[in-house]
Order: sequence, then structure tokens, then C-alpha cells
Amino acid sequence: MGFPHPSHERETPVLSKYFGDPEARTLAGWRARGGYASFEKALGMDPVEIQNIVKDSGLRGRGGAGFPTGIKWSFMKPDGKTHYLCCNADESEPGTFKDREIMRWTPHALIEGVAIGAHAIYAETAYIYIRGEYSEPIRIMQAAVAEAYAAGILGANAMGTGKRVDVHIHRGAGAYICGEETALMNSLEGRRGNPRIKPPFPAVAGLFGQPTTINNVETLAAVPHILREGAEWYQQLGREDNPRSRGTKLFSVCGNIARPGNYEVTMGFPFGEFLNDMCGGALPGREIKAVIPGGSSVPILTREEAENTFMDYEGMVASGTMLGSGGVIVFDDRQDMVRQIARLARFYAHESCAQCSQCREGTAWTTRILERISAGQGNARDFDTLLSIADNMTGKTICVLSDSCATPVVSGLKKFRHEFEAKLGPDHSRGVVPVLLTSNRTVAA
Amino acid sequence: MSTATNDVKPEVKMVSVTIEGRTTSVPEGTTIIEAAKTVGVLIPHYCYHPGLPVAGVCRMCLVDVEKFPKLAPACATTVMEGQVVSVHSEKAREARKGVLEFLLINHPLDCPVCDQSGECELQDYTFQEGRAESRYEEPKRFNPVEDFGGDVLYVPNRCILCTRCVRFMGDVVEEPVLNVSERGDRAFIGKAEGHDLTDAWAGNVVDLCPVGALLSKDFLNKARAWELDRSASICTGCSQGCNVTVETRDNTVVRLKPRSNTAVNHFYLCEQGRLDYRWINRRDRLDQPKVRVDGEWRTVDWEDALDAAAAALAGKRVTVLASPNCSNETLFLAERMIARQGGSGVFRVMLGAEAPLRGVEDLSLRAERAANATGARLLGYADLAQGAPIVNANDVLLVLDDVLEGELPTALTGMMSSGAIVVHVGTTLPAVLEGRAQVALPTTNHTEEEGTFTNLRGRVQRFLQARTAPGLARPSWYVMSDLVERLGAGEGRYMASAVFDQLAATHASFAGLSYATLALRGLPVIDAAERDVLAPTVAV
Repeated sequence: MGFPHPSHERETPVLSKYFGDPEARTLAGWRARGGYASFEKALGMDPVEIQNIVKDSGLRGRGGAGFPTGIKWSFMKPDGKTHYLCCNADESEPGTFKDREIMRWTPHALIEGVAIGAHAIYAETAYIYIRGEYSEPIRIMQAAVAEAYAAGILGANAMGTGKRVDVHIHRGAGAYICGEETALMNSLEGRRGNPRIKPPFPAVAGLFGQPTTINNVETLAAVPHILREGAEWYQQLGREDNPRSRGTKLFSVCGNIARPGNYEVTMGFPFGEFLNDMCGGALPGREIKAVIPGGSSVPILTREEAENTFMDYEGMVASGTMLGSGGVIVFDDRQDMVRQIARLARFYAHESCAQCSQCREGTAWTTRILERISAGQGNARDFDTLLSIADNMTGKTICVLSDSCATPVVSGLKKFRHEFEAKLGPDHSRGVVPVLLTSNRTVAA
Repeated sequence: MSTATNDVKPEVKMVSVTIEGRTTSVPEGTTIIEAAKTVGVLIPHYCYHPGLPVAGVCRMCLVDVEKFPKLAPACATTVMEGQVVSVHSEKAREARKGVLEFLLINHPLDCPVCDQSGECELQDYTFQEGRAESRYEEPKRFNPVEDFGGDVLYVPNRCILCTRCVRFMGDVVEEPVLNVSERGDRAFIGKAEGHDLTDAWAGNVVDLCPVGALLSKDFLNKARAWELDRSASICTGCSQGCNVTVETRDNTVVRLKPRSNTAVNHFYLCEQGRLDYRWINRRDRLDQPKVRVDGEWRTVDWEDALDAAAAALAGKRVTVLASPNCSNETLFLAERMIARQGGSGVFRVMLGAEAPLRGVEDLSLRAERAANATGARLLGYADLAQGAPIVNANDVLLVLDDVLEGELPTALTGMMSSGAIVVHVGTTLPAVLEGRAQVALPTTNHTEEEGTFTNLRGRVQRFLQARTAPGLARPSWYVMSDLVERLGAGEGRYMASAVFDQLAATHASFAGLSYATLALRGLPVIDAAERDVLAPTVAV
């Protein structure tokens, strides 16, 4: 299958095998495709055994950070405390829409992965935190959870084993920052979605102060396949010369590309072939100029850099960027990079939670400078100021939103400086620019 | 608050850490910012406050910790054995410079008209290590001033979103009226609709605010911080005995601020104590000694007035009606007089509603609205509400600064109409004594003299002089000392410290204390356990 296009012959559909197949959405359809066998198997296993299989498979976090999942799970010890599993389905990274398709087409795959994950970390309760804008996936997930409860798969007596596994769907309210794991926990608790200071780490004191593990949708959805096919099967997927990135990865491709959509390839797939063959390359008569390979928070690549990159954690780092969430944004020669980067900065300025000084003020300042340059009123000083602000915003805050805003600015200025320079206008030195005083809110008298 | 000193404490593991080249040993779990204080290093910070939960949001206290890849927030990082911390490394200074620049881009440079100017941490740190000039060329964000109710104004343009006020209202007052509204640089401190900062303790947000974003309406545009003279004192608003700083401008009290004392009021002061200071500046003071001659008041010099008072008192039983806002020293000398001449001492105390600060143990606006009722009790004075003493026509009624305003209780009017001679020692001459008193001796109020009060937990605390005495007024203990000497009840003592030390030598409940060791934090009269047993039985 495949959606919206049939799977390309060079794809390796594991998670996306049933994308576009409405029957896979139902419990009966999912069972007919081998669903919930892994969960049943997992319930008969010791959690440590499951942790070890996942460790051996080489599965790493698909949300962006790439932390080995089995090791993350092994932080959770049977200490008598209440444990929680959170599934991060707050897929808000611009350019990323892979989790959406998993939830839309194979909701039971996620529920099964969540249920196995909960058992593997000694938790009886799991929350799936879905971003508020995902109306259709939320509806589908809710229906699937109801089905699973009705069939006795979830609940106090999961699959008749006497073990309790509860899965709750929580709908977010539309804040990018709630995808940050500690902000997500605050949001689940009913607080303002502000990231927390670490330590304590979630595995020590997370949701409601209890040991908590947070995993991405794609990560958890891969777990049933690993349990069914074995760690060795997953371990052999991927490029031979890089043993550290294994398995398949979903990439969401958008922007100026012939065939946008989700593609599932094995780790280490050559990015050039991916873009030009699988995704059909640039639109007719145009040329790809730049690619953001892993969601808007990672450094931008030029086309040449992208074409010489392998699509796995290490391959991306070797090219000076990151795998991130796998959201590929393609820009062609008609795009104005200054405007695009200004737009990205505006996004981060809008979504900053306002806790840390650097982020609250830095994202907004960066945006204002970029928009001024974009409007033809930039001056040569602005480049140094932008880089200096970016430096002050990097590595100094509670979470990485601030760094994420600085990243495209720094890489953009480095790689597309000529476009910035072409925009410079007459030097509006201080005192000439009118100071606008605008109120952005009204107060009742 | 009493700290039980003889409790066996669990062994605390000490950790050795080097900060700015100075090694110190602190209990495990101490944060770097607190550890630095022990070696005399103040790490610049905004959101951190020792009385509030750690937020770690201003990122001003970032320090360089050896072997850490990134700078660490000193407020949220606990010390580890052998850790080496650099506060002033190039990296840390650059980071702070960056934070200061970010905080200033939307901050108006209106220091010349800002009340916080001169005591503003943003101003201080910017002068200390900020950039000399701004690189910000864009328009500044603007939001209108908002009335937060109570005594508080919010100036959002100056706000640096440190959230101290939000955490104070949420975690200390336990009335989460304030919040951070909106996101990004559009964020501001929001107030829950329909709620105001009317809690008895809400005014502390003004002191907690490190910049000029939260202002006191009472102090608005009244004085510049650098024009003020400051003295350590004790609030007389209730029996809690909160430590305060009296701030005067041109000899006029313009503001009371809490003075930190973790044994009493931590960092806080209630609205009642904070705003009730205008009486201190009242102009209708008794400022010259007066004696009634042939039914007419005559202004005389101190020697004649004291002689007249001594003559009136000599050989008579004396009933002392003392204000519970008199110092321990004054009350002690009056008690010596009673001991010599016979008689009794009473006081009356105004009562009001309690208003506890929920997040702090044993801190409340107390029902007894006077500073030294406990001291009076310890020195043998009785509460007039418990019964009036019998005053005969042959006795002398010594009114010790009771202002006698408002409707007087029948017990008091009975005493007044007994026909006894009235000698008045006080800050004002009450209207009811205008035609009744024989001698009127002017005294200073607690901001014009020094002395001690005993709070309701038996803590003896010193207050210092903050303004000059009006006219010829003298400290009340000084006047009483003169009288006591004239009556042969003791030697004259002309230093508050000498009077207190005699008090400590005379009264068992004050035993072991000395004026010098009280210092500015005070000491409890006796052990918590003993106090309740001994206090009621102290005989005059």
C-alpha cells in the first residue's frame, strides 16, 4: 500500500505497510493482519526481557533525539512506585507529518506499541498526547482505544492475563512547546505547558512526580514489529557500514518536490536517490536549492550537501545537520531563503513559552531583524548581530526551542549569505527608523 | 518562630566545593547560588529568591562548572564534592551580558522616572557587566499600565518575567491570582479575572519584583531610593514582631520595608504593617513638658516637670496604664516604680482579625495589634480586658503613652473618674487628659528612640532610631529612668542598653540576655518549653 502514493519499490514498508488501507484501522482488520499477537506475547514476558529485545534491535527514539529506546526503558526499575508511559503524539515540528499517518491508518499499531511499552516499563497507565489540531487522528485513535477496551485488550484484565494496562488519549491545545517532553507532562497535569528544569529527569520524577518514560509515536509503533520478527530482523535493516542506526524510518517530504508524502526507507538510505528518484526530484523546470532534512529545527543543507548524505543519525551529523524527526522540507530556486528563514524564526518566536530570557526575547528579536532584512531594510551590522544573538541563544536555556530558532538562522546565513546580502537596503542607522509604539493587547478599563 | 535547638538532627553530609577560588563546605543538596554566598560571592540573578520555589528561568545565574559541557544555572544546580565553579569566567560573563541585553531590548530606559531606580537589580547588573550600548534597532513592545488592586500597580513594559510574583502568590500566599499570560515576548503577568491583589500579604510582590514592574501605589513618585535614610526597626502593627526597615526622607517616614529574619517574618511584611506608618509622622505631638498650675497648663523645663511628677507620685500607690507598644525598657522601669510604691500595671490591646501567610510557618498578622503585649505580660502587667484594678482617690494614675482615643471601655472610665491624680507620659496629650492630668511629659515614639520589644513567641528584638525627636521629647525609658531615680526606686540609667541589661539581671524570664547579643535578629526570652510554664508566674 502507501499513501498518498503507492509505496515505491525501493521503500521498505513496515510501519507504512497498511497506509491507505482503511480495513487496517478496525480491530478485526488489524487482527487479521497479525495485530495484537506481539502484545499477547509481551504480556507473557518479563519486562526486562522485552527491554533487552528492544535494546538488541538497535531501535532509537524517532522523535528527534535518537536515544536508544531499550536503554531508556531500562531506567525504569520495579521500585513499587506508580510508573507512567507517555506517547508523544504532539507532532508539531514544521515539516513533519509521519505520526499523523500512523495514527490515521494504523491506530491499533500504536495502541499495541503503547501497551507493550507500558508493560515493559512496569507501568499500568499510558497517555497518548495528541496535538489539538489533529482532529481526524484523534477521532480515529479514540475509536480504536474504545474498540480495544471493548475487546478486553486494554483494561484491568488485558488480554485475559490479569494485568492492567490503561491507555488514555489526551488532546493538546495547540502549543508547539508541549511536544517537549517535560512541557508535555506539565500540560498533561493541567498546568501551563512550560518545560521543566532537568534534573530531575522524567525517569526519576516525571508525570505527577512519578517515574515516567516518554516515547515518540513512530518509536512505539515499531515495537510490535520487533517483537514479532525478532531483534535480529530489525538489526539487519540499515546501511552496512553504520551499525548504530538500524531499522526503518519514516520521512515526511514537503515543499517544492514532485511527489510530497511519507516514505519509509531503511536507515542510511542515500538522500540524493531519495529526493531525486523516490520523491521525483524538483518540480518541472525548477531546481532544488536547499533541503531541511529533519524538521525545521535542524541546520539547512544545500542541494549538493543533501545529495551526498546518508539518511541516518550519523550520516546526517556527518553532513553537519541532524536526522531530527524526519521532516524533509525542500526549497527550490524560486524560494527566497531570507523570507523562508524569517518565517521559521517567526514560528519559534510565536511558540516560545516565555520562560527563559534568551528564548523569549531572542526569538522575537531575531524575527524582527530577519523581517526587516526581508523587507529590504537590512544593514551590514545585522548579520553580526544575528550571529551574536544566535550564539547567546544556544545552549543556555531550559529546553532547545531557543537553539532551534538559532539553527536555521546560522546555517542559512552561512550557506545563503549572498541572498541576505542582495536584500540589504540603505543603512537606516539608529534614529532614522521610526519607533512604533503598538499595544498588542487591550485592558478592560 | 522558636527553633528547638536541642533536637537531635540527622547527620548532614557536608560537601566541599570551590567557588571563585574559595573553598567552602556546605550541606549536601545546597545549590551553587547559596553555597557562593557562604564565600562572599553574590551570583547575579533575577528569578531566584530564597523564599520561593526555584524556577530557573531568567538564566542570569549561569556559571561555569568545571567538567560541565554547558553553563549551569546556579540556582537549580546542587553542589557536588570537589566541584570547581567559576562565576566570572569569560564564558559566564558573556552569557550574563547576553541575558542583560535580551532583558533590556524591550525594557524602557525610563530609569529617571521609575520608582525602582537606585534599588533596581536590572540597573545594578547592567552597570556592573552589561553592554554599554544597545544593538536593538527595532520598535519596543508596549503594554499599558494595569492596576492589580490592593496597593499594587503593574508596569508590563518594565517586566522581565522572572515570575517571582507569580510564585509568591501561588506558593506562599496560596492564592494563585497571578499567572504568566500569552507566550513569547508578548508574555506578561496576568491577573485572574475578578480577583485583585487584596490578600493581606499581597504587597510583598512589590518588594520581590527585582525591577520596577510592580510598584506600590502608596510610594508612587514619592521619593528616589538614594534619598532615603534607613534604620532597622520592628513593626508595631501586631504581636508578630516583623523585622522592618524604616525609610525616611527629610526626617519623615515614607516607607516601611520588610527586613529579612528567618526566625520571624522571613522576607515578608503584611499590608497592615507596611501601610500603617502615617501616625509616626503626626504633627500634633506633645513636644514640651507641661505642668498644671492653678488649673492652667504651664510649659516648664524638664527638671521642673520631673520634680512635679515625682512630687505627685511620692509615697502614693501607683496604677500604670501602659501602652502595649511601650518598649521592654520603659515597662520595666514603670514596673520598678510599682514594686517600690505598691500598685499595679495594666495595658489594653486592640484586637483584629488574624491573617496568616499560609505558605510560611508561624507567620501571621496577629489578632493582638500591638508590638509588646507579651513583654508587658512577662513584666507583670495585666490585660485590662481581664478586669480593672481598683484605683482609689489617693492613688496616682500613670498613663504611659496610651493614646486614649475612641470610645473608652467602662473599666477605663472608672479608673479615670476615681479622683486619682493623673500623670501622663506619652507622645501626644490625649483629649480626655487635657483637663485631667497634672503633669504631661513628652516622649518619643518607637522610630525616634531605641529599645526592645518581645513578640508573641517571646523573641526579644531591638529597634533603632530612625528620625529625630520632636521638640523636647525624650525617649520614654529615659524619662522613666529619671522618675524612678527621683522616687528612690533605682539608679538612673541613660542608655537603653543599660536599662535592658538591668532588666535581664532582674527578671528571670529575661535572664541570660544582653542588649549586645540580641543584635539585629533578636533572641527568644527563654526556651520554648520553659516559656509557657514560666511566663504566667513571673511575679512583679
